Amino acid sequence: MNTKKLGKRFLQILIILIGISFLSFLLIFISPGDPVTSMYASTGMMPSEEVINETREELGLNRIFIEQYSTWLWNCLHGDFGNSFSMHKPVAELLLSRLLPTIQLSLLSLVIMLAVSVPFGVLAAVYKEKPIDHLVRGISFFGVSMPNFWVGLLLLYVAALKLRLVPTVSTEGGFKQLILPALTLAFAMSAKYTRQVRTAVLEELNQDYVTGARARGLSERTILWRHVFPNALLPLVTMLGLSLGSLLGGTAVVEVIFGYQGLGNLAVTAITAMDYPLVQGFVLWIALIYMAVNLVVDISYEFLDPRIREKR
Amino acid sequence: MKKKQNIFVKNKKFTVYLILALAIILVAVLAPQIAPYDPSESVLTDALKAPGEGHLFGTDKLGRDLFSRVIYGTRASLPATFALVGSIFLVGSALGIIAGYFGGWIDAVIMRIADMMVAFPGMVLAIAIAGILGPSITNAVIAIGLVSWTKYARMARSLVLKIKHDDYIEAARVTGSKTGHILTRYLLPTVVPTLIITASTDIGGMMLELAGLSFLGFGARPPIPEWGLMLSEGRSYMQNAPWVMIFPGLAILIVVTVFNLLGDSLRDVLDPRDEE
Repeated sequence: MNTKKLGKRFLQILIILIGISFLSFLLIFISPGDPVTSMYASTGMMPSEEVINETREELGLNRIFIEQYSTWLWNCLHGDFGNSFSMHKPVAELLLSRLLPTIQLSLLSLVIMLAVSVPFGVLAAVYKEKPIDHLVRGISFFGVSMPNFWVGLLLLYVAALKLRLVPTVSTEGGFKQLILPALTLAFAMSAKYTRQVRTAVLEELNQDYVTGARARGLSERTILWRHVFPNALLPLVTMLGLSLGSLLGGTAVVEVIFGYQGLGNLAVTAITAMDYPLVQGFVLWIALIYMAVNLVVDISYEFLDPRIREKR
Repeated sequence: MKKKQNIFVKNKKFTVYLILALAIILVAVLAPQIAPYDPSESVLTDALKAPGEGHLFGTDKLGRDLFSRVIYGTRASLPATFALVGSIFLVGSALGIIAGYFGGWIDAVIMRIADMMVAFPGMVLAIAIAGILGPSITNAVIAIGLVSWTKYARMARSLVLKIKHDDYIEAARVTGSKTGHILTRYLLPTVVPTLIITASTDIGGMMLELAGLSFLGFGARPPIPEWGLMLSEGRSYMQNAPWVMIFPGLAILIVVTVFNLLGDSLRDVLDPRDEE
């Protein structure tokens, strides 16, 4: 990626970030709930009209929309994402403390997913239209149709309540706490990726170079793992990037089920409590992370595929 | 008539899945006749009864008959999902066709908005929008719709761009056909089949997302018998009454599977080139 293209890309990211934050700010502004009332409600107080108005003034909620938004944006650019209404802590601090657990969860689920979908996908492709292929495809079809929160509940029921392998809701960190949510997330993804791996490998197996390699007398195993597999991997890298991005923000449902203290859980709490600065900060962060991951994927493509580099 | 019969006979898979899907819709229509109890009638003395006589699927924490609630759940999920898929299909396709055909600043504005949505994990924004708008099924539909229409817009746009300069379109333009005529008579018929395939394969996924929002508390509100909501209500009673979370989940699984199969087989019917 040359400098000009990179610059254009950064400009695009900047515009999207501003657009997304504006959109969510607007939505919050027109939403029916009142953050101040819910803020006091969470502490159990019933403040007078006067106090409510004072607090609104203090938080800058009485000012016109554009003024509120530009103040917020200006502060963000200076690294100040405001304070959470409900938790009375800086938004950046809260988000940072939840970022690592969510990254751990996302990465572990990706690893599990790859460990399942790559072997089964390759197996299904190599034995196309054989019983094993039908079996793999049948199971993966079910996997796509399963709601992930149901998978999570079933796992919780079997592994934690019946077999007592892991604690139901664990507050102490570590692998035990990670494994069930990661398995849940990996479940649906594995189904999707197994199909993708199968398609990608099949496509490569039909290429001329495979026929050539066979004619040269290379063993099937060498052809598959040394020639076909690396090529089939390429389209998967893009998908992996997208998955990682959406995992970082999309683990909410699973995090809530397992009481996992990650970003998604925090976001759900923030939205329920109408904690606007926190919601705003969350949306902005996720957008930033997502686009950064996509950028890295695009750049890594050039290292993985020499053809793209030469085309420039 | 004869031709129609042939389609169904030729594509047995599709016919079977279509019948299954229609059966599910029929369950929704006939819910009052099928369900043995009123889904919101609570008999507290019967709370959390195990599946068995009288209550096929058992009862929930308020003593409501779970079987009746699962049956009535089709009435919450199906219309919402169809409305969602229908509206993103219409709005997305229309915007995409307009963007592709007219180009220029219209195209730029529509596609930049679409880019913005794509550059963002959809479910996160949907959760934020649904949460901010307040929990209700309608708001959940709006939230998911707002982040999902872009797929159709992109697809419709690229399809239109592909055929925009084909001879027959150019000929129509040169001979003075009105823009509206070209759009509806020449462009639409070529573009629509692909979009319909996408819409039909989308039904299952959209149903899952809607149930997910309800599960999180950003969709249906109690006492509506909605499967996602039922699962979330059943969560706390899982240890002693696992049936409250098994049956609603099973219902989602079955319905989503049927619609996924239907979508896949429809693709085979309409687009024979694609073998996968």
